[in-house]
Amino acid sequence: MKKYDAIVIGAGHNGLTNAAYLAKAGLDVVVVEKNDYIGGASASREMHEGWIYSSSSYVCSMLRQALHRDLNLTKHGLILVPYLGTVNFGDDGSTLFDYPNEEAAYLELKRHSPHDADSMHRFQADLGRYAQFIRKTLLRTPPDPTSFRLRDIRELLFLGKQVWALGEKEMYEYVRFFTMSAAEFLEDYFENDLIKAAMASPGIIGTALGVYSPGSAYILLHHVMGDVDGNIGAWGLARGGMGAISAAIAGAAREHGSEIRTEAGVQQVLVENGRAVGVALESGEELYAGIVVSNLDAKRTFTKIMDRKDLPPGIYEKANNFKIRGSSGKVNIALSGLPKFTGVPDNRYIDRGGQGFTGSLETMERAYDCWKHGRWSDDPFVESVIPSAWDPTVAPAGKHWMSNFIQYCPPTLADGPWTPEKRDAFGQAVVNKIERYSPGFKDLIVHMEVRTPHEIEQEVGLTEGNIFQGELTIDQLLFNRPFPGYAQYRMPVKNLYMCGSSTHPGGGVSSACGANAAREILMDLKRPNTVPEDDFYDE
Amino acid sequence: MRSPFYPREEALNIREAWAAWNGYKFAEYYYDAEYEYFCVRNTCGTYDICPMQKYFVQGRDAEAMLNRMVTRDISKLQLNRVTYVVWCTDEGRMVDDGTIFRLADDKYMLTCGSPCSAWLKMSAFGFTDVSVTDMTDEIAALSLQGPTSCAVLKKMGLQGIEAAKPFDIVHFPFHGESLMVSRTGFTGDLGYELWIKPELALQMWDELYAAGADYGIQPFGEAATNMARLEAGFIMPGMEFNEALKTIHFEHDQTPFELNLGWLVDFNKPHFNGRSALLKEKERGPKYTLTRLDIEGNKPAEDSYLYRNKGCTQEIGYVTSAMWSPAVKANIALAMIRTDYLQGEIWAEIYYQKELRHYSKAARCTVMKKPFWAPSRARATPPPDC
Repeated sequence: MKKYDAIVIGAGHNGLTNAAYLAKAGLDVVVVEKNDYIGGASASREMHEGWIYSSSSYVCSMLRQALHRDLNLTKHGLILVPYLGTVNFGDDGSTLFDYPNEEAAYLELKRHSPHDADSMHRFQADLGRYAQFIRKTLLRTPPDPTSFRLRDIRELLFLGKQVWALGEKEMYEYVRFFTMSAAEFLEDYFENDLIKAAMASPGIIGTALGVYSPGSAYILLHHVMGDVDGNIGAWGLARGGMGAISAAIAGAAREHGSEIRTEAGVQQVLVENGRAVGVALESGEELYAGIVVSNLDAKRTFTKIMDRKDLPPGIYEKANNFKIRGSSGKVNIALSGLPKFTGVPDNRYIDRGGQGFTGSLETMERAYDCWKHGRWSDDPFVESVIPSAWDPTVAPAGKHWMSNFIQYCPPTLADGPWTPEKRDAFGQAVVNKIERYSPGFKDLIVHMEVRTPHEIEQEVGLTEGNIFQGELTIDQLLFNRPFPGYAQYRMPVKNLYMCGSSTHPGGGVSSACGANAAREILMDLKRPNTVPEDDFYDE
Repeated sequence: MRSPFYPREEALNIREAWAAWNGYKFAEYYYDAEYEYFCVRNTCGTYDICPMQKYFVQGRDAEAMLNRMVTRDISKLQLNRVTYVVWCTDEGRMVDDGTIFRLADDKYMLTCGSPCSAWLKMSAFGFTDVSVTDMTDEIAALSLQGPTSCAVLKKMGLQGIEAAKPFDIVHFPFHGESLMVSRTGFTGDLGYELWIKPELALQMWDELYAAGADYGIQPFGEAATNMARLEAGFIMPGMEFNEALKTIHFEHDQTPFELNLGWLVDFNKPHFNGRSALLKEKERGPKYTLTRLDIEGNKPAEDSYLYRNKGCTQEIGYVTSAMWSPAVKANIALAMIRTDYLQGEIWAEIYYQKELRHYSKAARCTVMKKPFWAPSRARATPPPDC
């Protein structure tokens, strides 16, 4: 029987990245994917004829440029296009535009509050300082603070040096920042409600926290520390949808000899004498390998595809208690034309692109209250983008598709499980909200795909539909991710590794988790490292 | 001077970012240079090439005269085809580069970046039946570049445009006149150039933009052009080469061989300007060779010296153009490198600034054999719609 060097479970972007780097090092790798398509939450799917939805994730900013370049993803068809023009809508019908041009952005802020326009410079500088620190850790394995191994001490010193370089005052600020709420953090800078709300919104995306919950300030940072071609905080679209990212990484993996098998869901990880030796597929087929790498989230890995008796004591419980709460929904809408929004001028540069149905801090917090009570809000926070306004490949010419990300949407409802009727009612609440800002919007709808945490879990496999594979709170970050003692991609069973967003540096289409895991695996196998050590921000 | 397209461009140039080219008021960019660059790579954009110099060369001796002037064999150029050419001084130094369109058996159009009347007049000396007419202000020209450009022209009603191969010329009736379309450009991507009487320029613009509305059409300026051409590996006067007729210092101009354009020099055709000097250059090998570099890190190697060693003590050349390529996600450059040092290590000394402080670092360079950007759609006939 054939024995692979490595089996990677799950063809999401991190699994594919991991496979690409293992294969590049000469390992015989197979990726097994339960769906009949690859990409996991970074997928493009034709759900209505002529329209290609980025079903789950929809914009890209965190994909590590060093990996893009190193795996030559452009050659494999990936182009990332920055998009212009985001507009935030306030509860009172006011609008706040975001421009790529610094002067234009300043003048727009000044229209709302001269004070806030000035404060924005200080805010950007402070955030830039925090982001710079985190960015340097993205393509590095977190050190184990209790270990005396030379490498861990070196990495701890590296972290210490970065913290020290912030200066004394900033060190205090930094600790505060990690534990603060987004709203409180923003109070230090801004007075205008819509500006605060717009700036706070990245702090709640994907997380079961509210704008006033401690820890949401870090989530905010996590969403703005990416960049497109050095423009920090910018977001881009993958031409052809987010599936183009997975397809390109898969192209690189195949180029290096990796095999990728779809419709090959894993039933169980096979463990013999305390070592992972392969996987049993749902079809009954068994595959064997020297190592097994799980791209599934930590909870799913240890509670769904492993036998509890194969795990050391306590691990099952840790995984079961891993904080991975579903909180987001997604509504993908095919449109017969470009929607018009009230208060948005007819301008080729700003009447398309991104929309933030932000409302106010109060509205966002009320939506969070609904989530806590197992309901969806009739006035949710919706972040939208119309990729077809920039990307000619995702909808027929003159037609459009709109991606709507909804915060919040509960994983289970107070009045029982999700049903197709409830799902559609949730979708309707979202459409109603958009219609308020875009009269006639409903008449443009050609097709709609509504995804609650239930659909996301069923299709993509993310526990509770949590987009980050686990909350990005400080108790689950760096050397605590996913669990203390297991942050270096090696899992409690020998020859078993994890490479998904449950590991450092967490969620977002960054490919960093998959790449970091590959580096550790190659180190264990005493193979030459194929993974870029540093990202570009080392200077 | 203002291009016939100026009224439309002025309305779209909301940043008032104007530059100049051959006396024409000319857009540096319209809204955001990088956005416009991405239109060229993702949708399509238009670039005003009215300021480009255009000359009709006509008469029974037109072919012989051009063949005497440029290094390529023009007798091979078929009717309704375009070819890329360079022309040199007697010393084999490059005067300029440009394109020649064969419009009829005895009628050619030469286009180039800088005015060339005097050189053409000199080149026509001794030929009896040839006339040179400066058509720069008589023809309005607009370049349409990017993956949706063919779809836009089809939507505009140019039936059969998809059958045009690279460097083909096709004519279409347009409001009683002829609209000439060539499948040419300066971006390395799928693209066309449209040539029309100035009186119909705005009419053409409006029809093109109406057709392109759903295909992401957007004007782009000099900044985006410069990014796209560098990715395609195309040379620019004032960057990669110093026009020979404007060069003061000895050999601060270039030969086609130095610019890696040896393939444009045809020694099998009848005598041409610079032949013997170029023949010698070919035998001896060029002193410098224009080279494509992929440079580690993300700091553009603008104005960098190149060295043999990381310590940056043994100088071997200089960077001519450099940028971070957003499409390729690579730090790219064109550079002139001493030919005898092309094999082996190449290091760029990169200078950059961080919050007012100057820094420099040595970055390893890798020689790239192929252009950084060469999508298959640029060569495909018929090309894809997006």
